[in-house]
Formats: sequence, C-alpha cells, structure tokens
Amino acid sequence: MHAFDYQAPTTLREALELLSKPQQSARPLAGGTDLIDQMRVGRLTPEVVIDIKKIAELNALRVDSGGLHLGAAVPCYRICSERAIIDDYSALVDSCRIIGGVQIQSRASLGGNLCNSGPAGDSIPSLIALQATCLIAGPQGTREVPVESFCTGPGKNVLRTGELLIELRMPRRAPHSGSHYRRMIPRNEMDIAVVGVGASVQLDATGKTIVAARLALGAVAPTPLYAESASQLLAGQPVSDALIAKAAQAAREIVKPISDMRGTAEYRVHVTGVLVQRALQAAIVRARGEACDYRPGH
Amino acid sequence: MSRKRVVSATINGDLVEFLCEPRQTLLEVLRNVLELTGAKEGCSNGNCGACTVLMNGRPVVSCLVLAMEAEGAEIRTIEGVACGSHLDEVQQAFLQGAALQCGICTPGFIMQTEALLAENPQPSEDEIRFYLAGNLCRCTGYDKIVRAVQSAAAQRQQASHSTQATR
Amino acid sequence: MSTGQSRKYKVIGTRPVRHDGVDKVTGRAKYGADVRLTGMLYAAMLRSPHAHARIKRIDTSKAAAVPGVRAVVTSADLPEQGDRIVELGEGAANMPHLSSNILARDKVLYRGHAVAAVAADNIHIAEEAVKLIQVEYEILPPEMDVVKAMRSGASILHDDLRTEFASPSSGDSGPTNVAKQYLFEKGDVAAGFSRSEVVVEREFDTATVHQGYIEPHNATALWNPDGKITVWMSTQGAFSARQQTAEVLRVPVSSVKVVPMEIGGGFGGKIPIYLPPVAAVLSRKSGRPVKLVMQRADVFEATGPTPGSHIRLKMGVSKDGKIQAAEAWMAFEAGAYPGSPVGMACMCVFACYDIPNGRIEGYDVCVNRPRTFAYRAPGSTHVAFAIESVIDEICQKIGIDPAEFRLKNGAREGTRRVDGPTFPRVGMVETVEAIKNSAHYRTPLTGKNRGRGIASGFWFNVGLKSSVTATVNNDGTVSLVEGSTDIGGTRTSIAMQLAETLGIAAEDVNPTVADTDSVGYTDITGGSRVTFATGIAAVEAAKEIQRQLVERAALLWDCDPKAACYVDGGVQGPDGKRIGFKELAEKLHLTGGAVIGNGTSSAAQQGGAFGTHCVDLEVDPDTGKVQILRYTIAQDAGTAIHPSYVEGQMQGGVVQGIGWALNEEYFYDEQGSMRNATFLDYRMPTTYDVPMIDTIIVEVPDPAHPYGVRGVGEVPICPPPAAIANAIRAAVGVRMRELPMSPPRLLAEILKAQTK
Repeated sequence: MHAFDYQAPTTLREALELLSKPQQSARPLAGGTDLIDQMRVGRLTPEVVIDIKKIAELNALRVDSGGLHLGAAVPCYRICSERAIIDDYSALVDSCRIIGGVQIQSRASLGGNLCNSGPAGDSIPSLIALQATCLIAGPQGTREVPVESFCTGPGKNVLRTGELLIELRMPRRAPHSGSHYRRMIPRNEMDIAVVGVGASVQLDATGKTIVAARLALGAVAPTPLYAESASQLLAGQPVSDALIAKAAQAAREIVKPISDMRGTAEYRVHVTGVLVQRALQAAIVRARGEACDYRPGH
Repeated sequence: MSRKRVVSATINGDLVEFLCEPRQTLLEVLRNVLELTGAKEGCSNGNCGACTVLMNGRPVVSCLVLAMEAEGAEIRTIEGVACGSHLDEVQQAFLQGAALQCGICTPGFIMQTEALLAENPQPSEDEIRFYLAGNLCRCTGYDKIVRAVQSAAAQRQQASHSTQATR
Repeated sequence: MSTGQSRKYKVIGTRPVRHDGVDKVTGRAKYGADVRLTGMLYAAMLRSPHAHARIKRIDTSKAAAVPGVRAVVTSADLPEQGDRIVELGEGAANMPHLSSNILARDKVLYRGHAVAAVAADNIHIAEEAVKLIQVEYEILPPEMDVVKAMRSGASILHDDLRTEFASPSSGDSGPTNVAKQYLFEKGDVAAGFSRSEVVVEREFDTATVHQGYIEPHNATALWNPDGKITVWMSTQGAFSARQQTAEVLRVPVSSVKVVPMEIGGGFGGKIPIYLPPVAAVLSRKSGRPVKLVMQRADVFEATGPTPGSHIRLKMGVSKDGKIQAAEAWMAFEAGAYPGSPVGMACMCVFACYDIPNGRIEGYDVCVNRPRTFAYRAPGSTHVAFAIESVIDEICQKIGIDPAEFRLKNGAREGTRRVDGPTFPRVGMVETVEAIKNSAHYRTPLTGKNRGRGIASGFWFNVGLKSSVTATVNNDGTVSLVEGSTDIGGTRTSIAMQLAETLGIAAEDVNPTVADTDSVGYTDITGGSRVTFATGIAAVEAAKEIQRQLVERAALLWDCDPKAACYVDGGVQGPDGKRIGFKELAEKLHLTGGAVIGNGTSSAAQQGGAFGTHCVDLEVDPDTGKVQILRYTIAQDAGTAIHPSYVEGQMQGGVVQGIGWALNEEYFYDEQGSMRNATFLDYRMPTTYDVPMIDTIIVEVPDPAHPYGVRGVGEVPICPPPAAIANAIRAAVGVRMRELPMSPPRLLAEILKAQTK
C-alpha cells in the first residue's frame, strides 16, 4: 500500500477542516471495507485517510417523529439489530444482512456503501425505495440531496471536495407499509449483485390496494435507478399479478445494463423483471403484516 | 507524511503497545509485528475470512482494518481462544470432528464460530451456514465444519446447563 | 456411513484425533508465510500486464535506487537452460519452459507472467519499488481459445514449437500451438457403431478453473555464502521442489535444502514451483534471507489452473443397453507452455466402462493463459462431464435406469481400457450398487423444477516413491519421520498403519514431516498416493522394527531369534514367553541401544479408484440458478484407514466439483486479462451454497497394499459436473453441455427451450 497519513477527528468541525485542507487528497474512512482494498490495489491513493467513526453525528441511529436518522458511519450489524428498523424499514435490514459476510457487516456502513457509489451497491436500492435524503456537510454549510440523485456514475457522486456525508434520513413509514430488497447472485452469499431490486409499498387499510410504491434497481445502469414510471403505475391500483407484471415490464424498459463477468446484459434485463415481481410481492406481504419467507440467496 | 505511531490495544487480554505505519493493516501488524501468525492471509480483500479476529467482540477481517483503528480496541485472536492449555469447546469440536484438512482456514472459522455462538448459542444448520459464509474452506466441503459448530454449541449448552444445575 | 467397515483391525478404521490437530486449532502451526528469520527481507514481483508480448527492454535502475531496496532480479539473473529436459519423479520437465515460467525471458505469454522481483526492508517498499521498473513491450495478439489456437494463422506462442504426433510418420507441423497429439484405439470402431441401435454424438466445453487453495504460494530462501541454499515453503513435495529449484539455478541438488512448512491446500497446484529460485537469487544478491509471498490475484493469474477444454464424444449402444463403440476427440489448453493433462484425460474418458471398440484422440494446445498444472484427477473431470452426460442421454433414449446401465457396462477386474491396461480388482460396479441401494436413490424426489442425476468417475491413483524412518523411544512410543507433506491428515493415516503393524495405539506414534536433508527421497503429496505408498513405507519400517525387537527379546531370553516372533503388539518366545512392545522398549538401552526401522516404497502400483454420485437439485426457472438439495457419494476406498479423513476427501472433492459445475471459471476480456481474479468474482462455493454431503465408503481392498488401501483424494471431483448436468436435465428438460452451468447460461437454455 502507498504511504498515507491517518487522522481520527472526534468532531465534525475537525473532520471538515481536514477534508478541505488544500493540496492534499483526503478520503474518509468508515468501515474501510471498500477503501482499504481500493488503496491496496492502487485504485485510490489519498494522502490522508480520515477515520470518521469517532464523530458522534456519524454514529447516530434513532427513529423520531421525523423518521429514521442514520449516521453515515453506522455499521450494518447495528442496523440489523435495531427493532424499529427491522419492523418499519425492513429493506434496509435485507440489504445490511448481505453486504459482504458477517465480518464485513461488523464494519461496513451504508454511508460508505453509498459514497463508494458502485452501481451494484446493495444498500442503495433500499435507500431509494425508502425515500432517503442525504445530509451533506461541507465548507459552505450543509445541504440535502435525495439519494436517487447522489450517485452520478460508477464510483462517482455529488460530493464536492471538502464535503462529507453525515446522515441518511428516511421519512416515517405510513401505516400498512412494507419494503424488501433482494438481489440475484450466482452463489447464495458473498457476491456482488447481478441485479438488485428494492421495493417499498404502502397499502390501504384493507391491504388490497396499493396507495403508493417506490421501486429501485441496482446493477443495471451506471448508477442505481429509481424506477419512477414503474413505481407510479402501481399507485392507486388493486394488487394483482397482472399489475405486478406490468411494473416488472416497466422496470425492464428503463435499464441499461452491461455484460461482464457477473452476467450478460440480456440476463440482467430479464432478471430485473423477475426480481421486481418478487420484491414487490414480499413488500406487499410485509405491508399486510404477514411473515415473508425469504432466505437470502434463494 | 506517513508517520509511525504507537498504538495501544488489548490483545487477548493483555495491554499491548506497538509501533506502526498508517498503511499497515491490523493483519500485517498481528502477523509481522506481534508475531501472532494464527490469523492467515488468504486474499487480502475480505473475501476468504482466514484473517478473522474479534474486535470489540465483533468478528472482522483483519486485512480490512488499519492497525491504527485498533487504538483502544479489544482484539481477540485464535491465540487467545484456549485458556492456558485447555482448549475451548469450539477448538475441541473441530479437533474431534475432523473439521479441518489443511488447516489454513481453521483459525478464521474458529473465530467466526466464537462470534456466532456468542450471538446465537443454538443456531440452526441454516443459520450456521449463513454466518460462516464469509469464511472459505476449499478442503472439507464444509460438512464436518458445520457439524463441529453444532457439536460445540451443544457442548456449550450442556456446560451452561450443568453450571446452572449446580447453582 | 460406511458399508464394509473393517473390523479385523485394531487401529485401522478408527478415528483418532490427528497428531497435528492441536497446533492447527490453536493457530500455532507454522505455514510457509509464517516463517520469520533474522534480517529477513520481503520481496514483491513485477508481472506482465499483457497476455502476449515480446520484452524489448527492462530497466530496473529506478527501483534499485529506492532507499530500503536490497536486490532486484530479472531472468538475466537465472542461468541459461539450453534445451534440457529433466526427469522430476512424477514426470519430465522442459527446463527452458520451467525457468521462463518463473521469470519471463524474451516473451511474456500470459497476463501475470513474472518479469522481475525486488527485495526490500519491508513489503511496502518492495511493492512501491516494483512499480518503478520500466519494461518496454511489443504487444502481440493473444490466443485465448483452445480451438482457435489450433487453426492455421493463429498467433504463435513459441516459434520453435512443432507438433509431436502420435505416429512419428505424420511429418513436420511447421510453427504451431499444438504441442502434442495423443491417439488410442481398440477394436473396430466403425463395426461397433454399425452394430449400435442408438448413437449419440455431442460436443462439450469446460472452462479454465483453479484449485482455489486458500493459502497463496510462498517461499523464503537463504543463499548462504558457503553455497548452501535453504528454502522454507509450502509445497506438495519438498524433494520435487528441491530438484526443480536446483535445476533452475543449475546447482547440485544436494546444495538445496527444502524445509516443508505446513501447507494451506494444494490439490495439485503446489507441485510446480514459481518462487524459490527468485527468492534464492534475491538472497544471494542481498546476502539476507528473502521472503516472497503471492497475492491472491497472482495466484489466479500466474499459477497453474486446470485447463479449459473442448470435447466431442460419440457412443453407440445396442438396444439391450450394451456399449458397442465409443469415440472421443478432445483439445485441452496447455496454457503458456505445453503440458496439459490431455493425455490422462484420454486414458480416463472411457475407463469406467467396458468399451469393446474405441478410439480416443487428444491435443495439447498452447494458449495465452497461465501454464496449467494438475488439479485433483487432472483431465478426468472434463471427460467425465462429457461421457456421463452422453450416457445419461442414451439411458433416456432407450429407457434404462442410469444405475442399471452402469452396472451392465461398468469396468471390472479384467476389463481392458481403450488405451491398453487391464484392470485388476476394482470397485466401479460396487460404487454403483451402493448408490442404487442408498436411501437417497430409493427415495423418490418430488417437487417442481427438481431433478436427480447420477454419474461415475475414475482416477488411476499413483504409487511412486516414499521413505519413512521410525525410531522406538524407550517410553514405548515411536517417532515416525516421513517425507510426505501433510495436506489433509496423512500424518495420522501413516502413523495408524505403523501402529497397526506394531500393535500399538495411534497416539503412541509421533509423526513428523521432515526436510529434504532429514528423510529419504519421497515423491509429492499428490496422485492420491500418500496413504497408499507412504503407508507401505511405514508398514515396511514397522516390519523392520519387528525384526529388531525380536532380536532384542531373544537377547533378553537368551534364545535363538528364530524361536521368537512378533505377534499382536509384542514378541513371543519359546515356553510361552512373551514381552510387550512397551516393556521391551523400556529395555532398549540394556539390549544394544536404539531400534530404528527404515521403510521405502517404489514399485507398488495402485489399482485405480472409482466413485458414483447422486445429486438432487432445484432449478429456479426464472433466474437459472441451481440449489443443491441433497448429495450422496459412494466411493471405493479399498480400506479406509481413518474414515473421517476419507469422508473429508470425498466431501471436499464433491464441493470443488459443485463449484466447477455451477460457477467457477476464468473470465477473460479480449485483451486476455482475467476479469475475476478475486475470491469475490471467482465464485467457489461457500458454506451457505451446499448441503451436507452424505458419504458411502465402499471397501474393495486393493491387493497391491498390505491393508488394501486405495487413494481417495482425487476421484471425488470427477462426477459432480456430469451428475449436476444430468439432474438439471431431469429438473427442467434442458441439457447443459458447457461448464460452468452458471445462471445466465442455464437461463438462456431454458428460455430457448420455451420458445421452441
């Protein structure tokens, strides 16, 4: 690995100062599970690595009247063990349980997963489905960006020099809501998504009609996608196989996948539809308060 | 720019101070500085689990931890599992159950099993397989490893029941 | 589960804790990368970014100038090899090829091909310095595909390579990538096919796959000023590594000592050497010990995987289900230098069956991929995929149960293989019977998109040479020194054979794997040979101890040694006299000192190993993903010495075979760069991908071994791809003829079938 300096600020102000020092490339370190490997292979060569795990704001994890506040450095395992998230933001737990293995989940954070901005990042479709907003701090103060606008290309995002992702905020969940994330991988664990789909639905009190829905797709375009038209065609419609199939078709129409060692473009298009159906069905089951028999990888 | 610094951490119960560069991983320091070579380097990018250690009670792949991040942390490695010359239930189960062939993945599997059983003392076969999926073994086909974990869990349950019974 | 569990032995067939077990569960066992010597330097290698290029110039001056760098080497630092061919025990090596695979000379022939190395005070300095080495390349077009590389007009890897034809009269091939042709014939193939009511001919492709051992290759070398070279490394064969190192460096073999450290898996891949000569020359140049450890990407890109292949197979069967004729044509990727296992594949393809008329043709073809090397039953898995798939199709066509078909046609004692040899007593049909009678096969499989498949496989198993030295200690234990590196518990399986022969407990034998200066010549741990051949050596050593102990007892009793004999763990003498092993051991100092038994094995040949597998699986027809539901393997182990480790070999081989079947492959881009050289994207099965693997140990003793041992390590990898392909056919009606049967490939076939 190249030589670099390591800093572990304890306040946000300190971190922001370090990040905006001129003539010095800096990179924040949360779980390190992407960054350390990228430095090892020489893809990233920051002069200073700023460990942000000691900053209180980045470790926040609470649900209040405004919804869920998730510090950018909170590791996956904490998210998976938080009752309020398991109950109301299930898709996040689905994501956090399959990002790497258990060891990776001890360290990896959703902030890191998002800032790595991989098209296949497993948390991003869930964050989009759950309507997350990114709270970003920088030299000019803080700003908010909807998560679907955060990534701008493979490994690229809206963060400017000196800026730091602080928190992910998700609105309170309406009653009769459910969400789910699933992905297609060739093995059952320890793979990068060939296709990933996040789905969130809100049903009416009868559980028979979709009030609102959000679908998001991973690994099928240069960035994770919010499948807007597919989401909108579900709103106000009674739940039916035909409706779900229609959403799957609409999702297939917006993907622009590549062929690589993980799958061909045609395969990804086909599987997008398959997973949209499965993710929607699971989200609906959860919205009805029923148990969803989902085994990761299956 | 890349200053060496002293890091203090509790390793297998002992307070240890070591000097390291920021670019050194916890795995490199454990193996090359502290001579705790039980954690193995199989891939250096977190995909094989051979370097698994416990950091503040959580299993981590030490190849993806900077040594400097260990400041103030509690680290447990395979060298700290046995109590003196007394093997613990997991080590004993791997040994009795022939759950290793070449043995290079064994320290990582044992550490991951320690984490599993601490979190979930009676895991199902499916839960064991899911929890250990970040540890690759190329020799055994996993059958005897999963059985060893089941046996260690049962042993531990039995031990804790008999402790309760004597109370 | 075991069918014929031996009861006639006291130690054999029991399951003692392995002798090296505690070291391995406490992290104390020292593997190659754990070596640490005073003043040790760390080395890093520069590897080719191109798949095929001529090296015009190498400038190492900037790297050499980095503070902390102690030595730099390129191929110019290795001696010229001329065109020497050297016998290495398990086969001959072409020295210029071996040497230039270690450090490229005028051409790089695959991405990752080693070009130079740097030794420095720490690994970070070495890695930074390597980046400063400048190499000027003339990039050449790569040949990545085995069939394309055979065509005229293909890019040529070696200007001097000419095809070695099976028949010398075939003439000069001119410059080519085809290194060798194999041809075997038996009977009258045309007549056989004309007698056949059903003839099936199919083509198959298999991908390059890697052994995938978790421990990367490593070597630490010290070149002493007195000319002695010591290498500490993980290797499947210390003596082979010693000879390869000595030959590459052109020093006498006795000036090299190889100290075999614990080895983290090999499966054939740690027979060839890559690092010791480089570490040794760096040591000579720096005057310090040098440690060189591969990165995982290097292991994938630059060590020997098993080749991809293209196979055409034709079989003719009469209506009653008897094979009348069979024909196979196959081309295997050798990689950068000749030497694929295609010859062995040719000998394995029809070995499970009695083929009255057969023809086998094979080609060894160079391509711009790493030089392939052995991987568990090299060549046999490829051809098992082809023949076992064709047989399944034939069974379907003529409506015969696939187990019945195998019983009807299976090889038996006296069956002559198409390539010539005649089988001694073997257990092929017994393994089929074991599967046929298994709870698994007898339980009907139900459920949508589920299917069951069976397949058989063969591997020769080799004998070769082994040495053992055993010393009786006066506390009644025995120290056993062997040359076979222990990859999967062989210390114990060897110790158990010695213990059985001496009538003592396995725990009273203390086995040690020694360096090349401390034990007699021993061939590699490979070819499923250690428990067989090193076992024979241990039995010989034990018999030698028996003879000496009889003499000692006779001395104590003051009788003629001829009047005493070794029985049941002690010496029996005249007038009902008896002295136990332990008691006699305590008196060694009074009777003439140490008792040392030496044993060797060199001539014994194994009879061959067979296995039959049964798998149930479920296909997700919408994603093409396969879940393995249930798996049973029946294998002839001859006599299982330590059943747990026999089962372990079977289970491990099966899971490697499952990986090969479903997901593992080298994925190259058009420039010849491997795109998946990580454990993330080279998808070996995880715990969560497989079920328990049920084992049935069949015991048809091999007459060539005193206890009937057959090697068990390799054959379990052969049947899984075919068994899985057959089960997929049963589940969703599509027949897969290309490995891996990954979700995208399987889904494409399913969709194709639906639109038909």
